[in-house]
Amino acid sequence: MRSLRFLLQKEFRQIFRDPAILRVIFIMPVIQLLILPWAADYEMKDIRLSVIDQDHSSYSQKLISKITSSGYFILNDNSASYKDALNEIEHDYSDLVLEIPPSFEKNLVKEDESKLFMALNAINGVKANLGGAYLRSIIQDFNKEVRLEWIQFPRFNPELSIEVTSSNWFNPLMNYKYFMVPGILVILLTMVGSNLAAANIVKEKEIGTIEQINVTPIKKYHFILGKLIPFWILGLVILTFGLTIARFAYGIIPAGSFLTIYIFAAVYLLAILGLGLLISTYAANQQQSMLLSFFMMMIFILLGGLYTSIDSMPEWAQWITKFNPVSYFINVMRMVVLKGSSLADIKEQLFIMMGFAIALNGWAILSYHKRA
Amino acid sequence: MANDKVITADKLTKRFGDFVAVDRISFEVNKGEIFGFLGANGAGKTTAMRMLCGLSMPTSGEASVAGFDVYKENEKIKKNIGYMSQKFSLYDDLTVKENMRFYGGIYGMSNKFIKEKTAFILEYLHLQSEADKLVKSLPLGWKQKLAFSVAIFHEPGIVFLDEPTGGVDPVTRREFWNMIYNASDTGITIFVTTHYMDEAEYCNRVSIMVDGRIDALDTPAALKKTYEAASMDEVFLKLARKAKRSAD
Repeated sequence: MRSLRFLLQKEFRQIFRDPAILRVIFIMPVIQLLILPWAADYEMKDIRLSVIDQDHSSYSQKLISKITSSGYFILNDNSASYKDALNEIEHDYSDLVLEIPPSFEKNLVKEDESKLFMALNAINGVKANLGGAYLRSIIQDFNKEVRLEWIQFPRFNPELSIEVTSSNWFNPLMNYKYFMVPGILVILLTMVGSNLAAANIVKEKEIGTIEQINVTPIKKYHFILGKLIPFWILGLVILTFGLTIARFAYGIIPAGSFLTIYIFAAVYLLAILGLGLLISTYAANQQQSMLLSFFMMMIFILLGGLYTSIDSMPEWAQWITKFNPVSYFINVMRMVVLKGSSLADIKEQLFIMMGFAIALNGWAILSYHKRA
Repeated sequence: MANDKVITADKLTKRFGDFVAVDRISFEVNKGEIFGFLGANGAGKTTAMRMLCGLSMPTSGEASVAGFDVYKENEKIKKNIGYMSQKFSLYDDLTVKENMRFYGGIYGMSNKFIKEKTAFILEYLHLQSEADKLVKSLPLGWKQKLAFSVAIFHEPGIVFLDEPTGGVDPVTRREFWNMIYNASDTGITIFVTTHYMDEAEYCNRVSIMVDGRIDALDTPAALKKTYEAASMDEVFLKLARKAKRSAD
């Protein structure tokens, strides 16, 4: 155990002596947490709309003014024909086209129904989807208003109508920052855990000091613990940092207990450090380890449920996410922060994460040899 | 007599696929001697040394170091040897003192021992004023001398030096060999590889490796006589010329 103390002392000295590492550890998380949640905005505003009003009636004018006054749309232009409007989309001047046919008002009054046509620019899928949905709900609203005007004080509504209202549990205002900030924090921890630990060991390989260590009677698990413990502690420090920023910059106070978060994070960091260790045993130099980590991070982030919901992924992709430790931590963080889940609620994820930690570290230890 | 042999190798072999890096070498090193391990680049010196240090698993053959078997007791060997690799292997971002403390610590030396030994080495190397400077700020010659001191910090019975004077100026090389002699005087067995034939003359006995085999092994004087050469340089050239393997 005494040699472990010497290893830890050396490791901490080196970490605190390297300004690049300190920057990565302390300044990057702060900046990322202060900037990313604002940039990764799910709300769509300023959707550019092209209107082809072939009716030029008072109802069509009313509809257009209702749409533009909603705040979500900018009236890009009034096109004369559908062809012109499509041209706008092709040149990416416009995101949405709404065509009001010539006899819109007449049909509406005489036949009690009328048709509208909507065309979406689906290059930016999210924008098209949300824009379409907004527009649809505005038109529905408009429809209701028109009907109200016509039906004079009916005793009963002649048409059955079901209106759906919803309330967003656990995040009543649908503040996306509440679920983005915990997610980004998870990604930060993951990056520090796997990349830094891997790069650290591979650096010793590159400069040749690992050989000097291997020729000493030091025990393999002491050496590995000497590498894991410092980054494990750093990870928890970053978590504390991140939670403090979440508290003061975004007013996010976990609904659940901090202890639950820390217990899960402690196990999670072990798993991620095991992964970093594993990368380092297979990478010969820092470039290789960086590339490998980067490749893994891409999968971790895109299949982790940070930006896209796992439930909406195809089934095969959902299977992949089961092997992605990041997806569990993001899930747990959101459960604890938003829903106030307790340790008992995240029991399953905790056990799975322990499995990850044992498997990854076991694999790494077995593939690290003092003798080639 | 068996106790006087601190290193024995018997048909020790290392293969990498089809390539035989070290081909059935057999030799013995006596306690307290300075044993020169010569050979051209790629002759297999480093591989042989790495096997003896427990860094590389032999393919076949027998070997023991400090009385321990290289196959089974490699961790026991490590307690009894020091090693200085071709690559400079101190931590650049630690100070002179911290490096000594670290390596002393992981060899299990006591704090008192570390403190006294550190003071002794700093004085011996005239490095007192540099004790708290980062190792990266030292010139190469000093770094090499420091690396050697760290390799024998825990007072091992045998020290392996892999081209310790590579890239160092002649004056520092001479100083370095003085250090080797001083260490040898305390009873440490020195196993050293080198390219410099003048250094070979300083050794008690030398072996010359060609293409993975030991082609000659004797005292420098006897080798010169056998090969009718005026210097070790000539001996080496006569032997190395036969090499079929290209240098790496």
